[in-house]
Amino acid sequence: MKYIVVLLFGLLTGIALFAVGLAYNPLVGRQALSPLAVTDSQTVLLSYSAVASDAIMYTNDGESRIDPIPEKVQQLWEAPIRQTSTMAMVLRDARNQVAGLGIKVSSAAESTRLLNGKVLVDSIWYVYLPGRGSFFVEQSENYWDYLRDIVLPAYRSSGGTWKGKWMGNITAGPGALGTARVVGGSGEFVGMEMLGVETLSVSAWRVEDGPLAAEGQLIIELPAAESADLDFELDDLPDDE
Amino acid sequence: MWRNLTKLAAQSWKGISSGGDVLLRTFLFGILLGVVAAAGVLYAVPAVDQYREVSIVSVAPNGGNREAFHINIPVDRVMTGSAGQSSGLPIGLKWPKDDVFANVSTEVFKVRNAKNAVVGVAARTVAKESDADLIDWIIHLPARGSLFVGMEPQPLEGGHRIGKIQAGSQEFDNLTGFVTESWVSDTSGEDDAPMGRIELLATYVSNSDPHEDQVAESLE
Repeated sequence: MKYIVVLLFGLLTGIALFAVGLAYNPLVGRQALSPLAVTDSQTVLLSYSAVASDAIMYTNDGESRIDPIPEKVQQLWEAPIRQTSTMAMVLRDARNQVAGLGIKVSSAAESTRLLNGKVLVDSIWYVYLPGRGSFFVEQSENYWDYLRDIVLPAYRSSGGTWKGKWMGNITAGPGALGTARVVGGSGEFVGMEMLGVETLSVSAWRVEDGPLAAEGQLIIELPAAESADLDFELDDLPDDE
Repeated sequence: MWRNLTKLAAQSWKGISSGGDVLLRTFLFGILLGVVAAAGVLYAVPAVDQYREVSIVSVAPNGGNREAFHINIPVDRVMTGSAGQSSGLPIGLKWPKDDVFANVSTEVFKVRNAKNAVVGVAARTVAKESDADLIDWIIHLPARGSLFVGMEPQPLEGGHRIGKIQAGSQEFDNLTGFVTESWVSDTSGEDDAPMGRIELLATYVSNSDPHEDQVAESLE
């Protein structure tokens, strides 16, 4: 009997050691610098509040950590969409002016592989910028670093809250360099194939509610030819001096 | 303390090597088993397993595949937002009052397949631009992929609209084609029947190069 107890104790210790080793393995996860951080092309930068209560509408299966907003919105409880969330939000430009509307639909990805540090979410964005046009973003997001650096410490803390400064690039594909695929729909973006990256900046997170203070950014790299045209137009402008 | 630990480790090793301490060996074997079992479970059991409805796809007469979706109104409507509306959906929705949203309206729906089962989420955005109106759809089918469709603003004869698939993801990645939208009023007269339905008929055409496919097959 005592051998079975000792074996079970060893088994549990082994599982715990494995979990700790996986979570704190410096070789797993750790996203590289965003490839768009060093681009020479023109970029479109859009920011949004990543706190669900700031959204126009947020809904999920109704049983997840984050409550749907408004309270009486339909929940996505049917089996095929139970692991899906939808958020409509106001997007702001680099000068913090209201720029347009964003709708993000995300689903847990079956390609998630915890052993490889991949907690993946397939998501799409529809972005409409009045007066400019619309575009579509398709991406695979990896939340491994987010879970390890924010969620785990929040669960470990006595108050169930994490506070700090975390900024990470959550886009992990489908582009070879870990970029999102962006396709123009109308207006000045029509026919464009672009690259994009989504980043998250979190400063407070609570176990019961999820993010309390968080901001997201969508960075879209315009094609080189379009950037060149814009540069040319900017060069043509008369100097103020 | 280090001296004690070193002593303990040395004794343990001695015990293992001499085969004396069976308990310690059982414990160490348990640890090893735990590590291997945890790794094995993570490797073999998928962390995410999406429920799938069977795709109901038919072959189109002039090439490509066809799939029908519909949205029952009002039961499948998740959100309706537009400037100036007295009451948005859901109750309590606060549509932004900024001027940039003056000519924009957005609806979010649940999408059903031909068997009336919910299979995804869709959003339809309508905007009045100075040169041309805009009607865009995104259709997201979890575990399958998504479609981005730009509708022609002018309806065709019969009241339906047609739009080009501008982009797709996952299983729709290499597909082009078009989607038609039409409103069908309910004529059943049943008390619990919806007002009607928005029908979306997608026609997919493969965009991949057949020659490349043949080369890939021959390489395999």
